[in-house]
Amino acid sequence: MAIKYNRRRFVKTVAAGVGSAFLLPTRGADVIVWRFFTNAEARLVDAITEQIIPADQDPGARDAGVINFIDKQLASRLRRHQQVYRVGLAGVEETSRVMFKEDFAALKAEQQVEVLKALESGKAKGETWRKQSSSAFFRLIRDHTMAGFYGGPQHGGNRGYASYKMLGLDYPQIIGQNRYRRK
Amino acid sequence: MALKQVNAVVVGAGAGGGVVAKELSEAGLSVVLLERGGWATFEQHGHDELISQRITILGNAFGPDDERYRRVVSAGPGKWRVVLPSEGGYNNNAACVGSGTVSYGAMAWRFMEKDFRMRSTYGAVAGSTLEDWPISYSDLEPFYEKAEWEIGVAGDMSTNPFSPPRRKPYPMPPFPLNREGETLQAAAKKLGFHPFPVPMLRNSVPYNGRAACIKCRYCVGFACEVNAKCGTHNTVIPAAIATGNCNVRTHCVAKEVAVDDRGFAKGVSYFDADDREQFQPADLVVVSASATETARLLLNSKSKLFPTGAGNRSDWVGRNLQGHAYAGAWGLFEQETFDDVGAGATIAISDFNHGNPGLAGGAMLANEFIRLPYLFADRRPPGAPSWGKAHKDFQRRFYKRSMSVMGPVQEMPVFDARVEVDPEVKDHWGIPVARISGHRHPHDVEIGRFTSSKAELWLKEAGAIQTWTNVPGLGVSGGQHQAGTCRMGNAPKTSVTNKHGQLHDIPNIFVADGSLHVTNGGFNPALTIMALGYWVGDYIRKNWKGPKSFRS
Ligand SMILES: Cc1cc2nc3c(=O)[nH]c(=O)nc-3n(C[C@H](O)[C@H](O)[C@H](O)COP(=O)(O)OP(=O)(O)OC[C@H]3O[C@@H](n4cnc5c(N)ncnc54)[C@H](O)[C@@H]3O)c2cc1C
Repeated sequence: MAIKYNRRRFVKTVAAGVGSAFLLPTRGADVIVWRFFTNAEARLVDAITEQIIPADQDPGARDAGVINFIDKQLASRLRRHQQVYRVGLAGVEETSRVMFKEDFAALKAEQQVEVLKALESGKAKGETWRKQSSSAFFRLIRDHTMAGFYGGPQHGGNRGYASYKMLGLDYPQIIGQNRYRRK
Repeated sequence: MALKQVNAVVVGAGAGGGVVAKELSEAGLSVVLLERGGWATFEQHGHDELISQRITILGNAFGPDDERYRRVVSAGPGKWRVVLPSEGGYNNNAACVGSGTVSYGAMAWRFMEKDFRMRSTYGAVAGSTLEDWPISYSDLEPFYEKAEWEIGVAGDMSTNPFSPPRRKPYPMPPFPLNREGETLQAAAKKLGFHPFPVPMLRNSVPYNGRAACIKCRYCVGFACEVNAKCGTHNTVIPAAIATGNCNVRTHCVAKEVAVDDRGFAKGVSYFDADDREQFQPADLVVVSASATETARLLLNSKSKLFPTGAGNRSDWVGRNLQGHAYAGAWGLFEQETFDDVGAGATIAISDFNHGNPGLAGGAMLANEFIRLPYLFADRRPPGAPSWGKAHKDFQRRFYKRSMSVMGPVQEMPVFDARVEVDPEVKDHWGIPVARISGHRHPHDVEIGRFTSSKAELWLKEAGAIQTWTNVPGLGVSGGQHQAGTCRMGNAPKTSVTNKHGQLHDIPNIFVADGSLHVTNGGFNPALTIMALGYWVGDYIRKNWKGPKSFRS
């Protein structure tokens, strides 16, 4: 599956420590070093967040750079959630294999949705969810996906104000010069 | 090196503390105003929803920070949980010069006459410490007026028959209705409600040397980019500094009020911006650190005569923690209701604050401030999907076609809803942190159900195609509207201060912030807190006879 990660290269931060080289399938020469995620986790998070906000006539989580937001925040302000992500992401793979015998990213879209619904309901199968609540993890990543999609681009997501464009909100809002008009 | 003795130390430069500092320094007292945060600027956050004081997922733009501050909250019987300032349970307001008044929505309410006489009006409510205030609306009226004119309020109460009496009009004309306001005004009239413009601590016209509001979409949760919002940071605190008598010390964290063996305060110890411990000697101390932190500071101020904390001889410090159960309704519309004219809340009714059959109180209802996109992602009818294509479809269809009408339910004070000091957890400076427990009174939920049904009715009349109500549960109260933890009263056994905000136990310690509230009104509290700042300040000024004042 071709994944369009963003064009920029990231400096590996000392704090993350676990970042690793990731070859972009579409642009072989670029190497992305994640701040927190491993390559395998990044592939998974990309797939999860794209189901939470799928692309249609408007950009989805992937095009808006949501994974970049989450990775960046997990290595800084949201560092306290690192462990929950590490365990939770392993849990998503586990549930995916129990339900469909494949990694989450390799599943069909409908199957991915089923896995996420199982997580959301708190009824997901897997040893991992004895340690940590699947619904709480789902809420967390869902919330971070929304924050990455709707927050300001300076935090790593909402590339090009994709979500503001979708909602028809001008940015920046310049009083007296708004392009937005009542319809 | 010991610092030079001053007449007064005020702890906390928020709504109450900013006003008191100005009143005292204007009267000629030498004042040190200690504030744990710094001066806030627009540049610190811009229009960043994720760090706005309302959302905070990535931190609080206006403090406190997640690195140095902690609180402990109840997590079920006998269980406790440590929380960070950016997490919901922390019950944050703000930490900067001006505190919440920098980033607030700036609704500027006077409480009604009955709000000061809740016990006389409704009788005893089982499980609640519901009581009358020791002062009446008419006692406070001149100080409301002072707050409105010195800090600046835009409004017009002429169409609100429930408005309490006032001697003077507002200094600024009201804000015009935005599109939501127009739609709701027509509907309210059809229903026989009495709509009026929301009074705002925000310049509708140039006032006090500052610009008029530009009606941007970002207001509540943000500092104003043109400085049109009126807080203590851009009005009374600069006025205090201008007297030459007030020294504002920012990034200074008060640790305790030192009380001598005769039972009088002698000053405040605090950590300065470099984390060095300092002692500021003073003739009197005013604690204005907000309902949670004022209680914590007094409880941490242990002395020989008062081993359980200052003002706490009857074990009332920290009790009766109140906030507001925000109840209301949402409505979805066919037509666009959004016009991008901020701040957004423009219309209110006071029809359901009192006189509701079988209920001990009620709430003001107003349309909500503009909902920014991330916040709106969580506003859904019950059971609606919160993600996937359905999420996007909902955002696209309804972001500009929805309205919300909400109101702060006046809560029944509960003795066991309280702030204590945690026996183990300490902050960055080694000071024991506040620990919060207890829950709302069940009657708050009943009132919320009633007021939210009225909000829903209003939205339906305005043409909503779908509506749903939102009533908070029995969780811990407090939050941005926290109040009540150092109740004022006439009986030392059942209150912490007298009617002047002076501790019953230690006459040269005063409280001047939301802690004093006996009950919290069915309105946002800031203007009342400011009025109390003037009230307490006035008493101190009138009775100040030099350094030995307030020693008997
Ligand atoms: C986003 C938001 C929207 C709001 N909207 C409204 C509204 O529309 N209308 C309304 O009426 N109210 C509103 N409020 C609430 C309002 O801001 C508060 O009610 C009010 O500021 C409380 O006043 P206070 O004096 O009790 O405490 P505060 O104003 O919080 O002042 C306390 C000060 O003490 C400082 N402090 C605490 N501990 C220490 C210490 N140990 N040492 C030194 N300094 C210390 C704090 O940093 C703070 O600056 C809003 C608040 C927020 C955050």
